[in-house]
Amino acid sequence: MTSKPSIVADTEYQPSAVPFWRDPDKRAIVFQVVALLLVAFVSYYLFSNTQANLERQSIATGFGFLGKEAGFEIGESLIAYSAADRYVDALLVGALNTIKVSFIGIVFTIVLGTLVGIARLSSNWLVAKLAGSYIELMQNIPVLLQLFFWYAIFYESFPSPRQALNPFAGVFLCNRGLIFAVPETHAAHATMGWAFAAALVIGWGLHRWGNRRQARTGQIFPSIRVSMALCIFLPFLVWVFAGTPTAMDVPELQGFNFKGGVTVSPEFSALLLGLVFYTAAFVAEIVRAGIQSVGRGQVEAAMAIGLLPGQVLHLVILPQALRVIIPPLTSQMLNLTKNSSLAIAIGYADFVAVTNTTINQTGQAIEGVALIMLVYLFFSLSMSLFMNWYNKKMALVER
Amino acid sequence: MNAPPKKPSREFLKPPVTEVGVLGWLHSNLFNTWYNSLLTVVVLLMLWQLVPPLFGWAFVDSVWNSPAEACRDIEGACWSVIPQNISFIVFGFFPDGHQWRPGIAMLLLLGLVIFSKDSRHWKKSLAVYWLVGLVTMGILMYGGLFGLLVVDTDQWSGLPLTFMLALFGMVAGYPLGVLLALGRRSRMPAIKTLCVVYIEMIRGVPLISLLFMSSVMFPLFLPEGVTFDKVLRAQVAIILFTAAYIAEVVRGGLQAMPRGQFEAAESLGLNYNQTMRLIILPQALKIVIPPSLGILLSTFKDTSLVVIIALYDVLKTTKVTLSNPKWTGFSTEAYIFLAVFYFICCYAMSNYSRKLEKALHTGR
Amino acid sequence: MKLNRVTALVAILSLLAAGIAFAGKDLDAVKKKGFIQAGVNGGVFGFGMPDEKGVWKGLDVDTARAVAAAVFGDASKIKYVPLTAQQRFTALQSGEIDLLTRNATRTLSRDTQLGLNFVTVNYYDGQGFLVPKKLGITSAKELGGATVCVLPGTTTEQNAADFFRTNKMDWKPVVIESTSELAKTFFAGRCDVLTSDASQLAGTRAIAPNPKDYVILPEIISKEPLAPAVRHGDDQWRDIVDFSVLAMINAEELGITSENVDEMLKSSDPTVQRFLGVIEGNGSALGLDEKWAYNIIKQVGNYGEVFERNVGVNTTLGLERGLNALWTNGGLMYSPPFK
Repeated sequence: MTSKPSIVADTEYQPSAVPFWRDPDKRAIVFQVVALLLVAFVSYYLFSNTQANLERQSIATGFGFLGKEAGFEIGESLIAYSAADRYVDALLVGALNTIKVSFIGIVFTIVLGTLVGIARLSSNWLVAKLAGSYIELMQNIPVLLQLFFWYAIFYESFPSPRQALNPFAGVFLCNRGLIFAVPETHAAHATMGWAFAAALVIGWGLHRWGNRRQARTGQIFPSIRVSMALCIFLPFLVWVFAGTPTAMDVPELQGFNFKGGVTVSPEFSALLLGLVFYTAAFVAEIVRAGIQSVGRGQVEAAMAIGLLPGQVLHLVILPQALRVIIPPLTSQMLNLTKNSSLAIAIGYADFVAVTNTTINQTGQAIEGVALIMLVYLFFSLSMSLFMNWYNKKMALVER
Repeated sequence: MNAPPKKPSREFLKPPVTEVGVLGWLHSNLFNTWYNSLLTVVVLLMLWQLVPPLFGWAFVDSVWNSPAEACRDIEGACWSVIPQNISFIVFGFFPDGHQWRPGIAMLLLLGLVIFSKDSRHWKKSLAVYWLVGLVTMGILMYGGLFGLLVVDTDQWSGLPLTFMLALFGMVAGYPLGVLLALGRRSRMPAIKTLCVVYIEMIRGVPLISLLFMSSVMFPLFLPEGVTFDKVLRAQVAIILFTAAYIAEVVRGGLQAMPRGQFEAAESLGLNYNQTMRLIILPQALKIVIPPSLGILLSTFKDTSLVVIIALYDVLKTTKVTLSNPKWTGFSTEAYIFLAVFYFICCYAMSNYSRKLEKALHTGR
Repeated sequence: MKLNRVTALVAILSLLAAGIAFAGKDLDAVKKKGFIQAGVNGGVFGFGMPDEKGVWKGLDVDTARAVAAAVFGDASKIKYVPLTAQQRFTALQSGEIDLLTRNATRTLSRDTQLGLNFVTVNYYDGQGFLVPKKLGITSAKELGGATVCVLPGTTTEQNAADFFRTNKMDWKPVVIESTSELAKTFFAGRCDVLTSDASQLAGTRAIAPNPKDYVILPEIISKEPLAPAVRHGDDQWRDIVDFSVLAMINAEELGITSENVDEMLKSSDPTVQRFLGVIEGNGSALGLDEKWAYNIIKQVGNYGEVFERNVGVNTTLGLERGLNALWTNGGLMYSPPFK
């Protein structure tokens, strides 16, 4: 051995001789198998424990309870519901309520957040400082505390229905919420909705056509303005043809409460206010960052080639700012949706609150919590899918 | 500003009086265009409408430390609800006469936090200080040594609980989050999938559902007769939740590492562990300190959610105080007090994070 | 460096271990622990709520204290676990608590499907309605169209739904998880009616800004026997809890109070002697010290004392004994013989 060290070394230096724990590829496989086994084992352990516990304590399992009568009322609902309906109906009502508050909340948040974000950059010292204080204040107080606060304001400060504030004709404000008159249901309303939808489709078509024409001939077609006019004009036309129905469903105090009109409950309002004020502070910072991310030079260059201020905003600033704004904005929208689960603390019947009641009634906690997680995962995953699609669409096409 | 220039060697034309001083400031900051002037006037009018009555309610017509009965006949705020119940709000069920212990523990924590703020103190010794500090706090809270009365975790409530949930949520969530982030960047498909599924699942659901899980489902997962303390279960839920968010922040840091760093480490013959431990993580973690503080901030705010599963954090002790018949109806005052408390803590944190971001940025 | 990590690991593991409790049979486990873990409400004044000093007070709390006095001879050997309505049954099922005294109504489905055993009722309640006087309502049948404040996830909520459905009336529920928040919203006028167990209605009225402005309607729409509960599986433990409650009732019947209990030890009445353990037998039958009943009465009091102290006419709640009077006074409180 000692006589011919080099040859020995040569024969030993063979890839096949590498022990498997020194081979990164094989080691990786071992790692993964171990990790998977571990996860499988832990899941099995938890599952079997749960199984044994449920059996021993004779707790009912499965989703059979969904078909049983719920037996509890829900304060507000987008669809017809009564205590005689099934649990699955109650849960659907809850899910719709979650979607309702999230959707309206998101719309208001974007509007308020954008306003505050722009105000933050205002050259008016007072406005900028106010916007800044607003952002700091709202970001640094837990949203749950804000919800409690708004709800307390609602029921402690507003008068009872009999002394309801009546700022405008047909609008009442009291501790039962905001109640306002709406047009009485009329057959023409559905047609007006269709007319509006048709206007949107036509508008979209006009926009595409306008763009193509502009690319071809350089002529600009004011597609946005035309579409907006269409959206107002078409439904209006239908309304006129239907004989201009003007009957209103005016709320009236009958017995305990207002009858008629539309009621926005204090729970919903408090939840909406809390979520919007809280999330808007984060959105404002995102908007500010987005606007600031567009270099001054971009604007100057755009003006130098003769674009109008509106065009500068529309063609230069917005496309670039939005690329920065949209991803964090989406995650804030998702946060708002998730935070809407705090509704349970102030008695708004969102999905979590209804599921919670269901858990109390049926004692089936596992199924209930699993449902909550599934529903929110569904919201989140759809939002992520949208994000991925958007990111791909907006990705910089590098030249 | 009216003092003559020191060297009157050359004639200076003084700027017009509307451009300097108070007037100048007013002109350039509040009344520089017609719509800014209009805006200023509208805002001032609004403030005029809002501030004086609020001020009167809070400071003029208010009482600060009186029995509950005295609060019923006044127009203003009844701040008495705080001082009269302060020991329960702050310390919850911690036994009377021993409340100096959580008090000192919290001061210790505050001291450590303030000490750690200075980046010059970021050395190994800092970790030792923290370890010693945490052990001391543990002894102070739990007792059992030096003749201190043993106080079980179920009596830890109020402010100490809030701090504990946030602190351990971060301390234990951080390493877990780093592991998850490394796993997500891993080249092993199974590991990567597991980490991605975990991170996305946790981030996709509200914290409240995890807390529900910890409070009503988790006990069923364990074999018969084994139970976890309720506080500990909530703590675990908060840790698991925080870790997923930390993982995303750390992933951002890892992605920001230039490819060259990995290649250089590899060419030096470092293996994966060495590369990560010696080259990548120290740099990546430094970048993500400010966003990590952001996570700490939201963890701190999120601890208030344990109210919903009946843990006695500071929000819950306040609410219990408010359900005492004597003090019902003063929720606005109590909530404002809490809001101020949370605001001070969070503002200090976010302010610090912003400063740090600037400091670290220039350092690179 | 290495050492640090090991120390940290050990510290973490020991922390975890401190939080895990292993238990065998309930009674053995309780005795080994040296204290009882009792699930309580935490927000119902007079039944289970901490005071300004964080000391737990209430009828349910005193029931738990009675059990501790029986088992350990010391009523303070309790850890209180405040629970939400959602958590209460799981906590008991999983062994997180040994005893649930959280104004829970005994029902068939709870006793069977949830794996619980309810013991002797410590408060007979029924659901009623509280309304502001100025509405001018005299009967619950006039509540059509009303907005009703109700606690979610309780039998109360279902009873209300049933009541309004049977009487073909519209209503709008306002549900808030915490009793105190619910009361606050009701006083502020968020709803026209508050429905709850009558005991809680009285309590709520008592804390109203002006109690005279509210009336409790005559209708009682449900039976709510509130009872402590234990989990299936340990009959001895169940017996102890059961007889701890009964001992308080029996003591009242025998005229034994926390003040005269020491004199009563010298009583020549064999019933009293047997009850207080002067004649031995009851204690060993339960697996307890012979002084168990004496300890309950001495440290907690008899049922009448506990009632008057927490919810009786001289408290903020101001409740009459009503159904909760002794059977000899026309109530339902009745104890089997202690022999």
